[in-house]
Amino acid sequence: MKKILIAFAALAFAGATARAADTLLITGAGATFPFPLYSKWFSDYNKKHPALQFNYQSIGSGGGIKQITGKTVDFGASDAPMTDEQIAKAPGITHIPTVLGAVVVTYNAPMQSLKLTPETLSGIFLGKITKWNDPALAKDNAGVKLPDTAITVAHRSDGSGTTNIFTDYLSKVSPEWKEKVGKGTAVKWPVGLGGKGNEGVTGLVKSTPGAIGYVELAYAKQNKLPTSTLKNQEGVFVQPSLEATSEAAAGVEMPADFRVSITNASGKTAYPIAGFTYLLVYKDQADKAKGEALVNFLWWAIHEGQTSAAPLDYAPLPKPVVAMVEKTLQSMTVQGKPAQLAATR
Amino acid sequence: MPPPADIAANGTALAEPPQRLPAGAHTGDRLWNALLGVFGGAVLLVVGVIVLELVEVSRPVMAVGATRFLLGRDWNPVVDSFGALPFIYGTLVTSTLAIVVALPVSVGLALFLSEMGPPRLRPVVSFAIEILAAIPSVVYGLWGLFVLVPWLRSTVEPFLQRTLGFLPLFQGPTIGLGFLAAGLILAVMILPTVSSVTNEVLKTVPDSLREGALALGATRWEAIRIAVLPYARPGILGAAILGLGRALGETMAVTMVIGNSPEIHASLFAAGYSLPAVIANEFAETVTDVHTGALAGLALVLFGISLVLNSLARILVQLVSRGPMRGATE
Amino acid sequence: MRSLAVRRAVNVIVTILCGAMVLVAIVPLGSLLWLVVSKGAPGLTPSFFTALPAPVGEPGGGIGNAILGTGMLVGLACLIGLPLGIGAGVFLAERGDGPFGRAVRFTAEIFSGIPSIVIGIAAYGVVVIPMRRFSALAGGLALALLMVPSLARTTEELVRLVPGTLREASLALGIPQWKTSLRIVLRTAAGGILTAALLAIARAAGETAPLLFTSLNNQYWNFRPDLPTASLTVQIFNYAISPYQDWHDKAWSAALVLLLLVGALNLAARYALRRSAAGGQT
Repeated sequence: MKKILIAFAALAFAGATARAADTLLITGAGATFPFPLYSKWFSDYNKKHPALQFNYQSIGSGGGIKQITGKTVDFGASDAPMTDEQIAKAPGITHIPTVLGAVVVTYNAPMQSLKLTPETLSGIFLGKITKWNDPALAKDNAGVKLPDTAITVAHRSDGSGTTNIFTDYLSKVSPEWKEKVGKGTAVKWPVGLGGKGNEGVTGLVKSTPGAIGYVELAYAKQNKLPTSTLKNQEGVFVQPSLEATSEAAAGVEMPADFRVSITNASGKTAYPIAGFTYLLVYKDQADKAKGEALVNFLWWAIHEGQTSAAPLDYAPLPKPVVAMVEKTLQSMTVQGKPAQLAATR
Repeated sequence: MPPPADIAANGTALAEPPQRLPAGAHTGDRLWNALLGVFGGAVLLVVGVIVLELVEVSRPVMAVGATRFLLGRDWNPVVDSFGALPFIYGTLVTSTLAIVVALPVSVGLALFLSEMGPPRLRPVVSFAIEILAAIPSVVYGLWGLFVLVPWLRSTVEPFLQRTLGFLPLFQGPTIGLGFLAAGLILAVMILPTVSSVTNEVLKTVPDSLREGALALGATRWEAIRIAVLPYARPGILGAAILGLGRALGETMAVTMVIGNSPEIHASLFAAGYSLPAVIANEFAETVTDVHTGALAGLALVLFGISLVLNSLARILVQLVSRGPMRGATE
Repeated sequence: MRSLAVRRAVNVIVTILCGAMVLVAIVPLGSLLWLVVSKGAPGLTPSFFTALPAPVGEPGGGIGNAILGTGMLVGLACLIGLPLGIGAGVFLAERGDGPFGRAVRFTAEIFSGIPSIVIGIAAYGVVVIPMRRFSALAGGLALALLMVPSLARTTEELVRLVPGTLREASLALGIPQWKTSLRIVLRTAAGGILTAALLAIARAAGETAPLLFTSLNNQYWNFRPDLPTASLTVQIFNYAISPYQDWHDKAWSAALVLLLLVGALNLAARYALRRSAAGGQT
């Protein structure tokens, strides 16, 4: 018996070291917002470079920030730009914007369409509007039959960049929200059920009649859930779409460290709740092989990777931003030396 | 007279410790004893490290005020203000509901298995209960999410609201997720524990008591009611508390059906949160020390409650096996 | 005093009530098993067992890496937990009478009351943070710690049950005490210990909470203990709370695989128990 166990252990060890020699596993964790796109990116990239495996776990932006700060993962992902305090705890951390997404308000009710204004949206999430046929909602949705049922709010139970974008918007348009709740990756919600990840919230809305929740556009589309039309800063009701998302980023000045908020953007066709999403990496990569692989992947992501964005309803990075990111990637170092980019495009 | 040896958890007495030669009679023996000591010490070390770590990590939140933490109703990561009350409430409500449902069922089960049921059916039922015990928590959660919750939402909760809606317990929107769903799933999960301990307790009741009642012309049920149950009562209570202790620590099944909302509501239809569920959802992403400390504090609270309940349960179960009437059987 | 007929009727009613309680217990079990089998079985294609998970939104894929991951985690848990648990049990049985032994026993009691999520936090602090990575090792450690209290307690009971005469006979023949403990006493108790070990392993295989922040998850095949790994339980959880119907179906199928695994371990435990009882002591 003992001999068999020893033989087995030896074989397993041999197998493990042999395998370890040919593949490199790079682990990342964070935002669920871009997960449908990242999932495709890592799969496509792995097909091109079979020896590189990117293991991405969508645990929420809060988790991404924490884990990259603690260096328990090789890269993080977050739609919420890190705050100054968070950056102080992770010296050398860099934000790399990858795509733009829209946070949509989806619901589980018989209406085909729903128009929401900043007042009604904040009213619902503050718990002041509790029924679908509330007069405030009826006023904006003339001609649409609103059911006489309770509204069940669904929000995130984990630390979320999507929450950050959503509450950032609500804080801008509703003084009451700003005072009572504020903005952040995790807030004290006045009402509602909590779901884990964009996946969880979508799941809640999909299975609970009368529910309303905020999720990234791709999740609503993939699950055939309706999206509300929101009134933007110019007073125009806008449906979430690629173009409306890009429009939101168009007027905004991108700072050097890429930390920016594009909610409630100006522009007639701009969608009001949109945001960049970031990959969080250290400017100086400590591991040679992983560092090289990571920088090269990021280069691919902001160039070839962008073509996968539109089919999944993520807006590609504006050209000026791509130029800025290129400079940042070129200035990244691996163990002190400049990163070797496979090709300059 | 044999000295009373240690009592194991289910109430049966351990055999006497073996006779020993003085330690050190052989170098092999010295090594062996040292090795055993290492294992024993490892247990002390592990538990010690866990408790100390929890205390240490929870310091930032305790520094602000332990009572404020324990009794606070707000869980607000934005301003780093954390109160444990909604989670304590949720844990207690769901566990209490679980035991309220599970205890009668378990007693009925145990009676079936030991007294009332047809002997041919007993092994089948016993086997079924063993299967219940072996099912992992996440599978219960899966079933709860896709079967129990829709059933509660469409059938049970509206029914309860129509008939008993005047009680605050059954008011509010019937979404299916919430305290009721979590409590019911926990009830199913603790059934094996409570019923098997109850079964053991019933078995330790001396036959003479039963036989005495039967000899006096009691029906089976009357014999149980008059002779067995009163004797076994502390033990059954112990079984219930043991089940309660197990329900407290359940994480996955609860987090999948409770609604994850740190609110205190009287209604069982409302969404809530429990201590293990919030730790599971938020631990991987706390950025401030206070937030991490708050979760560690919740872990300590959870740990403390389970400890108290488990000890209480053990004492009660032992009370029955060492019971006051034991002398009567010798 | 009520008439005999009434008392007999009450007896019958109570018997029926007990039967009803049995039904209340059996119905959820039946529903769960029926659904896991009926919803899960159609998904059990060969590729389900061998393939890696497909990206979000793409059909196909499987749980091959999750099955491997659970195997690895359980294997690591056994390596750490079995010696520790059994060793602690033997310690308590043979040297558990002094103050040190009493302290250990008391601590073991406390240990058994620690919820699994708390063990997960401990493993995160002790393994993940210093190692700067999520790993199967951390997950395996967490599972091992969950196995220890029940193993220790059962081993202690079993070792104490070995008849003193066996020990005395061995010592009388001049066999040193440590050999007596190891070869005679433990071997006699081995059947029961094996049963307890198998049950502890079955329980560990079904755990989810402690793995959430220790072994995390991994979409690829993983053979290294120092890297994150997939597991059946975490995969089921992630699929179940997702909104995708395809993932829901996979969750049922994965649950079926998990139940088969846990069931097999439990059956093995019963078999070991029966063999040790039959073969057993004189």
